[in-house]
Amino acid sequence: MASIEISAVAKSFGPFAVLHGIDLDIADSEFIVLVGPSGCGKSTLLRMIAGLESVTAGEISIDGRRVNELAPKDRDIAMVFQSYALYPHMSVADNMSYSLRLRKTAKEKIAAMVSDAGAKLGLAPLMERRPKALSGGQRQRVAMGRAIVRQPKAFLFDEPLSNLDARLREQMRAEIKKLHADLGATSIYVTHDQIEAMTLADRIVAMHGGVVQQVGAPLDLYDRPANLFVAGFIGSPAMNFLDGRYAREGAVVLPDGTRIPVAPRENLAEGAQVTLGIRPEHVAIVPESPMEAAVELIEPTGFGIILHLSLHGLPFKVFTLDREALKAGPKVPVAFPSQHLHVFDAEGNRAD
Amino acid sequence: MRASKILLTGAHRLAILAYIAVALFPLYWLLKVSVTPNRLLYSEGVRMWPSRTTFEHFEFVVAHSAFPTFFKNSLIVSGSTAVVVTILAALSGYALSRFSFRAKYWIVALMLLTQMFPLVMLVAPIFKMLSPLGLTNSLTGLVIVYSAFNVPFATFLMQSFFDGIPKDLEEAAMIDGATQFVAFRQIILPLTLPGIAATLGFVFTAAWSELLFALMLISGNDAATFPVGLLSFVSKFSVDFGQMMAAGVLALIPACLFFLMIQRYLVQGLTAGAVKG
Ligand SMILES: Nc1ncnc2c1ncn2[C@@H]1O[C@H](COP(=O)(O)OP(=O)(O)OP(=O)(O)O)[C@@H](O)[C@H]1O
Ligand SMILES: [Mg+2]
Repeated sequence: MASIEISAVAKSFGPFAVLHGIDLDIADSEFIVLVGPSGCGKSTLLRMIAGLESVTAGEISIDGRRVNELAPKDRDIAMVFQSYALYPHMSVADNMSYSLRLRKTAKEKIAAMVSDAGAKLGLAPLMERRPKALSGGQRQRVAMGRAIVRQPKAFLFDEPLSNLDARLREQMRAEIKKLHADLGATSIYVTHDQIEAMTLADRIVAMHGGVVQQVGAPLDLYDRPANLFVAGFIGSPAMNFLDGRYAREGAVVLPDGTRIPVAPRENLAEGAQVTLGIRPEHVAIVPESPMEAAVELIEPTGFGIILHLSLHGLPFKVFTLDREALKAGPKVPVAFPSQHLHVFDAEGNRAD
Repeated sequence: MRASKILLTGAHRLAILAYIAVALFPLYWLLKVSVTPNRLLYSEGVRMWPSRTTFEHFEFVVAHSAFPTFFKNSLIVSGSTAVVVTILAALSGYALSRFSFRAKYWIVALMLLTQMFPLVMLVAPIFKMLSPLGLTNSLTGLVIVYSAFNVPFATFLMQSFFDGIPKDLEEAAMIDGATQFVAFRQIILPLTLPGIAATLGFVFTAAWSELLFALMLISGNDAATFPVGLLSFVSKFSVDFGQMMAAGVLALIPACLFFLMIQRYLVQGLTAGAVKG
């Protein structure tokens, strides 16, 4: 197991700068999840840690040792690819033992390690099959098995579950979590899936446009997003944003004149342009509220209900578990509890 | 609906049969003439099969002509050329497919350029180059010339096969602890066997039937290849068709065997199951 330090790492493909000065310290046996929109450079960062891409600037160290110039094979890192990248001409057992054979591990030891890893992932009956005779889920397991078999310093996962159906994904997610608890291996995991990010991560790294936006525990990002990007990216359905002006006595005034009380923020000037954020699940539907919103659309998801509302023309969403909402009339009274309100300044940064 | 489907299938089969018949007819004629006794060749008119068949032409060709030497020479030249070209093309095709380097564009352009010259233009300069090196009249010289002419196309062929293999595979191998060359040898090469078989087959047949250079660079029977040998059946006053065709039939055998050997690799898709697709 190992710690990984990434300091001021940048990457350009020719004239295209993809990563701009990434700083990240990953502790031993930590589970880090990288999230961000498509094209923000998650895979690129992962591949740089693996040694598959060169580092344009900055430094990557594993266990305190600079690895910028080290070939992938000398980094002792395992990677699970989105495509699985199984060797089609080798059996499952050979796929899993390939790295050990390259390292000239003793035969008996290889057999023991492979059957051990195979047993952990329930691959025992498939050991002699070729990848093309496996289902997608089984291939995914083999890819995992190939990674864990040699007990590397760290695991890298690039959207390993995105090719599986929802149910299998859920199952594998739990297995990955168990595996991590078991092996305690330092892991970096790239995903598009909110739930994977929230459930697996010790810390989430939210990236956008090649820049780290926020690093923190999943609930930190959820409860205290550092900026508009993180606020909008984490959580589903996404956070509602309402533009307005800040009033010093502790309120945000919407363009239509509606005053929404907020706790006073120190470093905001009177009349400053702000964005108010509130998560759909935090909007309250309370009969006595003076604020009324028009109902535009009702979406039952089974688990809960999403209401699409409009407040004097400003659209926002409410998520509620209350089935009564299905019967919501043309107007519902809503309230924005001030303890759940996020205020962002004109630059989009969180104001506290 | 059903009837029209049957009709369509029938027409399809018929078209394929017609195509096969047209494609194989010259070969059939080759075989037919090779077993026709000389006496009947001109006297019987055009018939699909002679009234009497004979193997005397084959006997003569094998036992009394220099044909076995030609045959051996051709085997050596074509076999060596196929192997040399395939090895070179596999390496250079891999480089073109996987590496990005500055001169890549120019190398590809240059290779394309070499394919544009009519070969006849090159005979004299090549003769001039090879002759002081003692490579005229030698099988080695032929192998070198054939290799030089076949490498560009074979490289493009191999490159397209490498392009078809996902890059993830060798990256996975490199993370597993392989150098790029080991990943090439142990992971990529086994998956390129169909491509290698196709390249071997293509180069082998090209070298097997090459006439121009064989004719110009080789004089005398010792180093002559089989297409040159065939010409020896053409004398000043007559053409011995029977013997010529018998030699032709024999010359088909190695090419057929060769394709039989590699067809297993030509038809199989080894990469199935590598990546989710
Ligand atoms: N070899 C390359 N040459 C040029 N540009 C590249 C190369 N590889 C990636 N890029 C660019 O770098 C950017 C980041 O790519 P990357 O694959 O890291 O995104 P990502 O965050 O993993 O996206 P996704 O979530 O879609 O996988 C993209 O804009 C992409 O076009
Ligand atoms: Mg990616």
